[in-house]
Amino acid sequence: MSAMPFEDFETAYETLAMAIDQAGPERETLLLTRLALVLGHELGDIVAFKKSIETALEGLE
Amino acid sequence: MRPAGKGPLESLYFDYPRFAARRVGELDGVATQHPVLIVGAGPIGMTAALVLARYGIRSVLIDRKDTFNDGSRAICIARPSMHILERVGAVAPFVEKALGWRFGRSYYRGEQIFRLEMPQPPGEKYLPMYNLQQQYIEKFLHDAVAASALIDMRWQSELSAIEPHNDGVSVRISSPEGDYRLDADYVLAADGARSPVRSMLGLRLKGDNYEGRYVIADIRMDHDFPTERRAFFEPSGNPGGTVLIHKQPENIWRVDYQLREGESEQEALQEENIRARVTAILADIGHTKPWELEWWSVYSANTLCLDDYRHGRVFFIGDAAHIVPIFGVRGLNNGLADAENIGWKLALVLHGEADERLLDSYSPERRGATLDVFANATKSTRFMTPPTRGWRLAREAALSLSLRHEFPRGLANPRQMQPYTYSESRLTPYPGRDAEFAGGPACGSAAPNAKLADGSYLLDRAGNGMTAILFCEGQPSAEQATLLAQLGRIDKRFTSLVVGSQPSAPDTTTIADHDGEIARLFAAAPGTLYLLRPDLHIAGRWKAVVPDEILKTAKICLGSETP
Repeated sequence: MSAMPFEDFETAYETLAMAIDQAGPERETLLLTRLALVLGHELGDIVAFKKSIETALEGLE
Repeated sequence: MRPAGKGPLESLYFDYPRFAARRVGELDGVATQHPVLIVGAGPIGMTAALVLARYGIRSVLIDRKDTFNDGSRAICIARPSMHILERVGAVAPFVEKALGWRFGRSYYRGEQIFRLEMPQPPGEKYLPMYNLQQQYIEKFLHDAVAASALIDMRWQSELSAIEPHNDGVSVRISSPEGDYRLDADYVLAADGARSPVRSMLGLRLKGDNYEGRYVIADIRMDHDFPTERRAFFEPSGNPGGTVLIHKQPENIWRVDYQLREGESEQEALQEENIRARVTAILADIGHTKPWELEWWSVYSANTLCLDDYRHGRVFFIGDAAHIVPIFGVRGLNNGLADAENIGWKLALVLHGEADERLLDSYSPERRGATLDVFANATKSTRFMTPPTRGWRLAREAALSLSLRHEFPRGLANPRQMQPYTYSESRLTPYPGRDAEFAGGPACGSAAPNAKLADGSYLLDRAGNGMTAILFCEGQPSAEQATLLAQLGRIDKRFTSLVVGSQPSAPDTTTIADHDGEIARLFAAAPGTLYLLRPDLHIAGRWKAVVPDEILKTAKICLGSETP
């Protein structure tokens, strides 16, 4: 997997924050779940997708 | 605010002097047309007076108070500001008293997630950052002001009216000795965030306010930790809010903590609540011994500035022109750069060495710097005080991932103050010449420094006018020598520095660069020329000299030619 340049990663962070606000508290979970499915599809790699899910689950409180 | 039982200026560590009002000539009918009146003797106003004095320009400096500003104010002085203080001859006490630093740490729920390391190139004379209470900053500047025969410092003198004319500015000043009229060619408004000059002229700051509120507390404690910036996200001592801790001289520590959403400001500012919260925060960093409370206040971030920093013959500098968020330490540092920028330009204009139109470049250059600060500060402010649920959630996700992964850690970077690059200024007419260079400092940026064989530094040799740095093998060619002579005729303060890669004849004016370190720093080849402005920003650079462009750049920097 290729790492994003930091500036791009920061833009991703900002775009995500604004999208969550745009979705609103009622729909944010649905937005984030849809986003994960879209990214998984774009990624086209089930091993990498499962690894990403594990990374996101790790240390979740 | 100070703890109960303390007088308003009863500090744990600083003795506030009291300055008397003086009887001035104007009260006895002596009418003087002053070149410059500076309103406000805070750090920015005093620095502006010292920059003018460096060029031999007299100024009257007024302040309505009888002592320095009190409370928890600026504490971080960035490297470019140290150079400004050096050029006005005031840096020595700063070096002696301030705590230099270049590292920081960010923690999430008690675990370190980010190590801040500000670069320290080997040729630099000063560290990236120094911590010093504003009280000392003002004291040291005032010592230099008091020692200058060119600065007429008038305490307890309040501006009560201002009337701009085409050829000057008239003001009314009230002091315990009496009220009087004063006339000046130019006015520098350094009268702070609530600038009375700004209000009297009917001007308003525009921009945004941020919601997050921070309590700023200064305390005294015996605590063993190096001078670093520490940021704590979600610490157990302040659940739901961020904490910042900075060390200052005299065992004083700055503790900034964010109030929780919906928390009552009035309640949070009660002394017993301040003490309880600070005690919990200190327990988090392992300090359980006693500590003393010096001062506290509440703060929320703003990005506000004037549309134009110039109003005829009145120039706004520092907080009077712009209010920036504290995160990234840009308030004081940008104000000092304002003072230097208007200072050299106004001095050259008043001496008749530069055309009045040079002053037109002040507002675009310094307002441009403010907008750049806003862009950076907005990012750090959104991280320090996430404004909405989306930003809070994104930050929590990034911080929690940072515990085990490197990739999101850079988001916690405080983006400390960097000097602004005047690449789009009209005083930087040939930025396209950057394309000739494989590296080195770009047009408009602050010149880097280099340590010389004798232990001194390259920028020590720059003048107070334009400075050329010419890279040569041996001696300058006939064409280069002619160019340097022509530059000397355009600018009587012109200084040329010849950096030689080859040991030349016993010529003491050539700076030896035997190992090629200076040439590498500037990505220079023999024949390369850098032209620096009086504030040591790069007006232009040429891989090989182009006399027409270099002469034109020098003239533009003196206002005598339009781009």
